[in-house]
Amino acid sequence: MENLLNDLLTSPGLLFVGVRGVILIGIVMTIAGYAVLLERKASAWIQGRLGPNRTTLPFVSWIPLIGPFLRLGGFIQPAADGGKFLFKEEPMPSHVRKIYYVLAPIVALAPALATIAMLPFALLPDGTALALCKGADVGVLLMFAVSSLGVYGIALAGWSSNNKFSFLGAVRGSAQLISYELAMGLAVLPVFLIASAPGSDHGLNLTAIVASQEGLWNIVRQPLAGLVFLVCIFAETNRHPFDMPESETDLVGGFHTEYGAFKFGLFFVAEYGHMIIGSSLFILMFLGGWHILPGIPEVGTGIIATLIGLGTFFTKLVLFLFFFVWVRWTIPRFRYDQVMRLGWNVLLPLAVANLVLTFIYYAFAG
Amino acid sequence: MAVKVLERRPLSFWERTYLPQVLGGLRVTWRNILRPSVTLQYPEQRPTIPKGYRGVPTLVRDPNGREKCVSCQLCEFICPPKAIRITPGEIPATAETAHVEKAPKEFEINMLRCIYCGLCQEVCPEEAIWLQNQYSMTGTTRAEMVNNKARLYELGGTLPDSHFKWDHKKAESERQAGGHH
Repeated sequence: MENLLNDLLTSPGLLFVGVRGVILIGIVMTIAGYAVLLERKASAWIQGRLGPNRTTLPFVSWIPLIGPFLRLGGFIQPAADGGKFLFKEEPMPSHVRKIYYVLAPIVALAPALATIAMLPFALLPDGTALALCKGADVGVLLMFAVSSLGVYGIALAGWSSNNKFSFLGAVRGSAQLISYELAMGLAVLPVFLIASAPGSDHGLNLTAIVASQEGLWNIVRQPLAGLVFLVCIFAETNRHPFDMPESETDLVGGFHTEYGAFKFGLFFVAEYGHMIIGSSLFILMFLGGWHILPGIPEVGTGIIATLIGLGTFFTKLVLFLFFFVWVRWTIPRFRYDQVMRLGWNVLLPLAVANLVLTFIYYAFAG
Repeated sequence: MAVKVLERRPLSFWERTYLPQVLGGLRVTWRNILRPSVTLQYPEQRPTIPKGYRGVPTLVRDPNGREKCVSCQLCEFICPPKAIRITPGEIPATAETAHVEKAPKEFEINMLRCIYCGLCQEVCPEEAIWLQNQYSMTGTTRAEMVNNKARLYELGGTLPDSHFKWDHKKAESERQAGGHH
């Protein structure tokens, strides 16, 4: 039994890697589902409502105390939502380019899931990271590259829908991604500069980045980079106030106007998947990853330490997802030209200036 | 009238960064999260109906149980969407209320047409038709949404009456008749 568990966690065999992948996808999908619940609940609280509190299952409602809690908290709601998407009719509009129309949601979701394979969640007792695809030295570069592919899904959906609103949404999405990707990449460079200063043995590895933050989080060392990166992940995930590709008020539904049932569900999950990735990246690079607070030494030893690290990471993730939701229901959407101006005229120069200043600081002081 | 021109104050550096505004907005929404919800959980909790509410139109009886409608059809004629249909009838001479002469044989209000304007209540000389507190009418067929006379009286019940117009009339006519004899 113990051997099997060990193999499941660490064996490089294809079968075990496959099983790990399926489990990870299951976990991520579940988090995405509950992120939707968080979104609905938090928006309700902000607007003085109660949010989903009716859905329940017969055998769950019979349990005293826990049953009503699950019902009032809306904890069964994600299953109901998912089930509804599954059993709805899948209409195929007659004017779409069929192959690409079907392909688009898959292209949107696959990069999100692929990126999550590279996320380290905690430190294993042997010093390596708990991740599906561990120790890749180019980790962050690969993550940026793959997660940006998600916009192909949006572009493909907008184009194949053969609808002006979808197309406008897709064009906006692509333009926005290109504009903010630059600032995002430049904003995180100082972080790697700090982590891989001469004498230290850190590459582009996320585990190493987290290790370098044990004394002080990067958000304190590099507040400007943190701010630029934060704004950029909001833009990259197409979340409010940057949800240009969707913008319901002027583009109906944006790129997913023509989508319904489970195909729309896939887009939805992809958005939340990107949110999870963006939050995780921010936590890993700026908020100390699995360290509880700066300066606090690791609690426990061996597998206990791993579990505590995992718990810390997920607590931070939930708080950060809540922050995403909180911002969404606070700030109105920017106009398209404002988004472009912010990206090119403000964030990019800021990121460059920050990078140059860090260069100068390390050239003279370090 | 003198026009007072107000200079628009230029934005400060921090205001132009938009960040204090974002933080201020986040503070507002955070305070809203802590505030209790205003949701009324409908089927279990019901709204309090204000006085004078115009709900479903109903027919009422007076405290003695006499049906007040005399089928004058004024409501039928004034009803803007033509939701009311009355079949007038006669009260048999043997009945105790024979002096009222007329009562509706059938009285139908089509709730698919009714617009809850309250003109029928306003025009009724007998105060027989009232828009009362019920606000929710549902049905699965069109026929179910047409309230017939029995249903209208069931919905309406009895309302207090301060006039007892027909009782006074009867007493008056008896008094006069008694005086002649």
